[in-house]
Amino acid sequence: MSITYLEAIREAQARALAEDPRVFIYGQDVGAFGGAFKATKNLAEEFPGRVIDSPISEDAIIGLAIGAAIDGMRPIVEMQFADFSAVGFNQVINQAATLYWRTRVPCPITIRLPAGGTSGSGPFHSQNMEAIYAHYPGLVVMTPATVEDAYHMLLEAVAIDDPVIFCEHKYLYYHLKADKLPGDAMPTGKARIAREGRDLTIVAYSAMVHEALAVAEELASEGTEIEVVDLRSVKPLDTDTVMASVARTGRLLCVGEAWPWGGVTAEVMARVAGEGFGLLDAPPQRLNAKDTPVPYHPNLWAAHRPTARSIATAARNVLRL
Amino acid sequence: MVQTVASTKAGALVSTFRDEYTKAFRWMLLARTLDDKFAGLYRAGKIHGGVFLGRGQEALSVSVGLALRKGDVFAPLIRDQAGRLAFGEPILDAVRTYLGSTLGPMRGRDGNIHRGRPREGLLPMISHLGAMIAVVNGILFARRLRNISGVVGAASIGDGGTSTGSFHEAINLAAVEKLPLVLIVANNQYAYSTPTSRQFACRDLVDKAIGYGVDSHTVDGTDLSACLEVVGEAVKCAREGHGPQMVVARLLRLCGHGEHDVADYVDPELKQSPVGRDCLKVAEEHLLQQGWADARTVELWRSEMVQKAEDAVATVQREPVPDPYEEDWRALSSQRLLEAREERPG
Repeated sequence: MSITYLEAIREAQARALAEDPRVFIYGQDVGAFGGAFKATKNLAEEFPGRVIDSPISEDAIIGLAIGAAIDGMRPIVEMQFADFSAVGFNQVINQAATLYWRTRVPCPITIRLPAGGTSGSGPFHSQNMEAIYAHYPGLVVMTPATVEDAYHMLLEAVAIDDPVIFCEHKYLYYHLKADKLPGDAMPTGKARIAREGRDLTIVAYSAMVHEALAVAEELASEGTEIEVVDLRSVKPLDTDTVMASVARTGRLLCVGEAWPWGGVTAEVMARVAGEGFGLLDAPPQRLNAKDTPVPYHPNLWAAHRPTARSIATAARNVLRL
Repeated sequence: MVQTVASTKAGALVSTFRDEYTKAFRWMLLARTLDDKFAGLYRAGKIHGGVFLGRGQEALSVSVGLALRKGDVFAPLIRDQAGRLAFGEPILDAVRTYLGSTLGPMRGRDGNIHRGRPREGLLPMISHLGAMIAVVNGILFARRLRNISGVVGAASIGDGGTSTGSFHEAINLAAVEKLPLVLIVANNQYAYSTPTSRQFACRDLVDKAIGYGVDSHTVDGTDLSACLEVVGEAVKCAREGHGPQMVVARLLRLCGHGEHDVADYVDPELKQSPVGRDCLKVAEEHLLQQGWADARTVELWRSEMVQKAEDAVATVQREPVPDPYEEDWRALSSQRLLEAREERPG
């Protein structure tokens, strides 16, 4: 029996609900319908009264979760699409993110953001919001790339006393499968060496990890060994693992599906250039989506985001520098 | 209004109401005195940042604080000093937050009216005030999930706040979930400098409640008797399970938006109209008229409140203020999730 990334997210929520009476799920269509992506399939039935449909009110949904957390609950909120969290942004960054710092009362909420591009989804159902949330103090931002991490990091998100932005990639929902649910996983805050290599470090997260791994496979046949670092969470950002990898390879390419201005890839570049300049044999490079809204048509969409093809070109470029 | 009460209810009720009224008046007096003290400290350059007063809104505010009880939730607006005191906020919390004492609930990290004790049901507002209503909803929702009943949550907002998307989302959600929310709308005629004619186009703010399927109440915010009665009734309805209640009070802000604002935009006719009455003066006259207190007693109360405010300020002025080198510059409660760079001191 195999389990998909999406099923792992459902299973993690089922386990959280079963193990902790403080947990409840709140969001649009999450109840009997089971969620737009079926991430809460059958949960309303299995846990009566604890998986609850909300009105289309992202601000009020997140505000409600914050209030419930203040009162000792552990809410999981599903934003139907990451893009829609823009409507609830104020509650996240001004209310949830500042609460502990202002009052010493923690705000243990988990906000699930179905994120990232899938073909045909267009400008408002495809966004990657990790950089903008990571910018604000007081938030943890998770970007799991594997079935194992989707499962364990979501459980960890619920257990963490701080607000967690859980960016689950929609492209991985069905594409990614594991044989079974994992027994344990690395803790959040530690990056993972997804593949070892000595010639070039590619730092990636979420769906881009798999594009990077495909490039590593392709270039291995040409005799180039690429090390792929999966950040797992972008905040906290495990600079040590990145730096250690760059120390081994001397070259860095950082890949993100989000837009190029600022953001996670820029942060990684700044840290490596600032703290590990002497480790570099070539100027570090990065690759992001194009600086336009995410296009609808598959021809445009495939060219908008980084893919194994464009990453391979970028990787060859860094190796030539 | 109180005369109606007095003439139709039994003597015991009159005496209960007299006690309630007197208690409310004393909180109002303390709130006004404290506000005046803050205004003085501001002008003397002793307070950093803004000072926001409740002048003219004390009758409404105190009625909210008195109608709530332990275990309830209160999300005040920026002019709710009276309601905060009546709800149980220590006077020192206000002074410590205004003066930045590290012994206060906000420890210099936030100031003035941005204070609270979330675990005790007093929510520390963010500046985007409409956003607080949903947080009250959340606490009420959590109580219901745990089968705790009889709890009420009150959120205060001004006429300007009713124009925000957060207000709409939260009141609609409260109605859908039939939460015991009491939404107190202080229509003080101005949102900063913007008059209500530029804020909304409905006949009366209370009409908004109809669209949400929410019960509504209107009250003359300058009349303490009416405020006690109407707010008390709204809180009772919510507590008994009749769903969200909206109270719209008509009054006038008798100060600037903050103490930095001379408020010369306020229409002089409004000031002269019944809506421009000072609720504290009206309440004092009523006390004297009813013979519930004499002038000498009121003067004694006034000195008592001045003393309380002076004592609190004198205490806090000797307390420590934040030291950037001692400050814990970390925004997460989960120590293990802090990046190493964040752990380096100052």
